[in-house]
Amino acid sequence: MSELIKLTITEARDKLAKKEFSVTDLTSSYIKSMEQNRGLNAYITETPEIALKMAADSQSRIDAGKAGILEGIPLGIKDLYCTKGVKTTAGSKILDDFTPPYESTVTQNLWNAGAVMLGKTNMDEFAMGSSNLTSAFGPVKNPWKSKSTDEDLVPGGSSGGSAAAVAADMAMATTASDTGGSIRQPAAFTATVGLKPTYGRCSRYGMVAFASSLDQAGSITKTVRDSAIMLEAMASYDPKEATSANIPVPRFEKALTGNIKGLKVGIPKEFRIEGTPPEILKMWDDGIETLKRLGAEIHDISLPHTKYALPCYYIIAPAEASSNLSRYDGLRYGNRVPGDTLDEMYENTRAAGFGNEVKTRIMIGTYVLSAGYYDAYFIKAQKVRRAITQDFTDAFKTVDVIFTPTAPNGAFSISNPPSDPIKMYLNDVFTVSTSLAGLPGISIPGGLDNDGLPLGLQFIGRAFDEETVLKAADAMEAAIDFNNKVNEMRRA
Amino acid sequence: MQLTEENINKIAKLARIKVSKQEISSVQQRLGKILGWIEQLEEINTDNIEPMFSVNIEQMPRREDVINDGNLLQEVLLNAPEKEFDMFSVPKVVE
Repeated sequence: MSELIKLTITEARDKLAKKEFSVTDLTSSYIKSMEQNRGLNAYITETPEIALKMAADSQSRIDAGKAGILEGIPLGIKDLYCTKGVKTTAGSKILDDFTPPYESTVTQNLWNAGAVMLGKTNMDEFAMGSSNLTSAFGPVKNPWKSKSTDEDLVPGGSSGGSAAAVAADMAMATTASDTGGSIRQPAAFTATVGLKPTYGRCSRYGMVAFASSLDQAGSITKTVRDSAIMLEAMASYDPKEATSANIPVPRFEKALTGNIKGLKVGIPKEFRIEGTPPEILKMWDDGIETLKRLGAEIHDISLPHTKYALPCYYIIAPAEASSNLSRYDGLRYGNRVPGDTLDEMYENTRAAGFGNEVKTRIMIGTYVLSAGYYDAYFIKAQKVRRAITQDFTDAFKTVDVIFTPTAPNGAFSISNPPSDPIKMYLNDVFTVSTSLAGLPGISIPGGLDNDGLPLGLQFIGRAFDEETVLKAADAMEAAIDFNNKVNEMRRA
Repeated sequence: MQLTEENINKIAKLARIKVSKQEISSVQQRLGKILGWIEQLEEINTDNIEPMFSVNIEQMPRREDVINDGNLLQEVLLNAPEKEFDMFSVPKVVE
């Protein structure tokens, strides 16, 4: 049954409908793959019993002719989506024994669509990181290896476990979440498809909060078509979430026509930043040529505030995090470390429960919000955020979609990551402005670098126009034919 | 950007995170580096720009202020690190 785990959602859906195999067959194959690949550390919690129970229920719905759009599809769930009765840690020691008494809206939508839960995937602590190295449950290994060394590589982050699980056939698709690039960058590092929808498209109810004005649910899949199916299932208007958008959810799959003739594609000159490896620039240029060949119109555009997006993010996200994470006080949930006074109990609890990156960001956030610095840092960053958003609004007056690389580098070594925090933050240099503007973005596999490691290409769209983003990405995916290209390169 | 030991102690206190004497210099270095890098935003003239707190905050709907759940005592207390008499228990705060 090992061939079953190679299937896409699209393929499995048709074969399940034709009863070529059962949901239990499919689910059991994944459970076996999860056991065999435990060394990658992609899952924090495996839930095989729940998976088999859900698989049996799903099969009866298929047999009764009542299949949902994700009927029988085995999924991994990033460990920041609250799952009723199943431990949810957000990659943090402070929540290592937290069992939510309720279900997140996104996961409930997935179960309502017929999906099967395989387990909870590893992640950077509270989604703060670009490497999965900040997880309290240990790093995740990227299933990809460099041609030149045997070193274990990071899968990117923060949705590192979700990306590695899909790349290693340990889930057919996974949920992920993006605050500054946490879906697209790991997708790029693992040759998977990562979609961050528009802010407000998916409910944040029941997602462990990092930076509430930026956090957005999304998915990691094997193909763009699978990504369209996942989004349709995940998205909904949710009265329980005040920023959830009250607009209809389109049939995203219908947008994948393969035809992008006349599509106006913007190429932002500010993304040609100094120091970007020539392989990435070449892949980007090749992609532009491909788009031309497919009949798209290429427009040079300018997003003048691009270089300020990262420092702007590193004020806004930590500020919101310092507020959101104040709830971990050792009282209502999470671990407690005693102290002589209430304040000491708080201080001890938070010192022991949070890792270094999380503490750093809480303290940065505390500082930029503190008396005397609020205007100089926090309000300033909010103004820059508007300037960045305005850049996109102006660009989208002339183009339909923007095309860029996803990340400025490929996967790096687990044992030798950048020690300078700012160097690590630069992993999100191409993704973070989209997050600040709340726009949809997708990363698809674009090619390999000189070490044979995957690199990603990104499309960014107008707010609530995931359809154009998906259509462009689907056409590009077909033209690149990444898997064949990789096989050819391996033969050469 | 230079942060003093006093600055760090103040930030740590406000954040309710204990920073030990041995950790102070590394925290000082790390925060100083990040804050120094962030300061490049000063280059941009933002005089005529309104701050933007969220992308769709203008559309946030309001709901009726009514009770929509309840009787969830066990669920609410389920994850409490310490509880007594169906309540969260906390260290003594009044002498």
